[in-house]
Amino acid sequence: MPPALSVTALRKDYGRTPALGGVDLEVEAGELVGLLGPNGAGKSTLVKIACGLVRASGGRAEVCGAPAGSRDARRALGYLAELFRFPGWARAEEVLFLHQRLAGSDGGAAERTALLEQVDLLHARERRVEAMSKGMQQRLGIAQALVGDPRLLLLDEPTSALDPVGRRMVRELLERLRERGVAVLLNSHLLSEVELVCDRVAILADGQVVAAGRPGDLVHAGGVEVETAGGVRRFAQATREQVPELVAALVRDGERIYGVRLLTSTLEEAYLDAVGERQEGAA
Amino acid sequence: MSGAVIVAGYALRESVRRRVFVVVLLLTLLFLGLFAFATAKVFERSGSFTTGRNIGTLDTTGLVAATMLGLGMFAILFLATVLAVFLTLGAVRGDAERGLLQPLVVRPLGRTSLLLGRFAAAAAVCVAYVLAVYAATTLIVHQASGRWPDTVAGPGLALAAGSVVIVALALLGSVFLSATANGIVIFMLFGAGLVAGLMQSIADAIGSPSLGQIAHVVAIALPFEALYQAGLHALTADQSGFTGALIQLGPFGSSHAGGPLLELWTAAYVGLAGVVSAWGFARRDL
Repeated sequence: MPPALSVTALRKDYGRTPALGGVDLEVEAGELVGLLGPNGAGKSTLVKIACGLVRASGGRAEVCGAPAGSRDARRALGYLAELFRFPGWARAEEVLFLHQRLAGSDGGAAERTALLEQVDLLHARERRVEAMSKGMQQRLGIAQALVGDPRLLLLDEPTSALDPVGRRMVRELLERLRERGVAVLLNSHLLSEVELVCDRVAILADGQVVAAGRPGDLVHAGGVEVETAGGVRRFAQATREQVPELVAALVRDGERIYGVRLLTSTLEEAYLDAVGERQEGAA
Repeated sequence: MSGAVIVAGYALRESVRRRVFVVVLLLTLLFLGLFAFATAKVFERSGSFTTGRNIGTLDTTGLVAATMLGLGMFAILFLATVLAVFLTLGAVRGDAERGLLQPLVVRPLGRTSLLLGRFAAAAAVCVAYVLAVYAATTLIVHQASGRWPDTVAGPGLALAAGSVVIVALALLGSVFLSATANGIVIFMLFGAGLVAGLMQSIADAIGSPSLGQIAHVVAIALPFEALYQAGLHALTADQSGFTGALIQLGPFGSSHAGGPLLELWTAAYVGLAGVVSAWGFARRDL
């Protein structure tokens, strides 16, 4: 079975400005991959090529084995753009009905109800888009992306307008989709969110993948903190394996130990390292 | 094709829900009311029109009826142009800039179907509108004068075809231009067409073949104008003598008949505009 998304040596130039400079990325079925990077790194361009909105200048992008942009590829995916709008005159139910027809979904009213329920908009199914808050419109956008039960979900900043409750709802929804085998490529600036939910992360800078892997693999050891009667002492070079000897040595020296904590860097620090190194290299 | 039908239905629903049709209907009723009033007043006084002894017989009623119908045709073409432009001016670039297009384009229907759907909806609205208003103006003039156009359906159909040409041009413009720029361009083209029509009348009156040639080329390049001229001509196709000459040389008459070549050219023109639109849209990054 081909990957849900396969991108090989993908390039995109806007005139003389390179946006992607040879990106390789794969997203398998049931995998949730986070796409991180500073503004202008090429994240949205990558997602837009995958869903056929933008033509690649070189390389290859395939969705479930079909060339990106082809009818088969578009049939297999759901997409939520970073900047999108639904017609203000349409009701939530009508938006989903239109997309059901365009996607060829035969889910009918049951599918619409289930989707609105998943994004907590069932109470607003008859409400016009123009009467919805930005957060509600974004949740409707997520429901729209799920019409037709896509095998690959491309989400470009899906929680930018959501409050913490809304973000949590999206996280839980993504976890349920992963259990169902849906592949998700999540483009987000919210590192904490990506760290919480994604299986793998790819960090883009200047149109290239500068770091990739599991969030746990990208972070690195940051030493050991020991709480003693004299205050918190930090041993920056110490590793997990050295903790017993470290504690024994402190006790031998007459210290009273109240707590020990292993320090690791956060995804944010790993991100800043990766992007910062790139920017320093460029300078 | 089913994708195009869905998009056409969506575009029509949008027009209904945004109350476009209500506004158009109210303003058109206002126009028809004014037109009926003006027609009645003109015919009240047309009995006193006289000519010099040596010019020949003047069919006053025919002249006034043809002029009023020609005026009506001009107004209908203008209103249809406004309608066509506002239904399509932002169909591609405008909607993409507002973020309305992307969720539709990623669906399996395809960009050509999307264009086709938008074209079909706008063309259907414009054709229905033109035919309805043309029928109303014809009835109003008939009520006041007892005269029908020499060809009843022809002028209406020519105007309807002209409005389809404008829809195709506006849709083509929407692929390459922002909504505002597209609107300006289409109205400029509309103005250029009208100027060409007037140039043609002047050329016929003063007997200038070169001026006539220029006007003819412009009318062919903008076939809605050639169709409008053909429609005006069809109103009084059987009128001859001094009255016929007077009508044809006037601002609301024409000496240029249409024909199968114009019909073929119009079909090819709309088809070509569609092909270029689809080509441009397929290559546009959204």
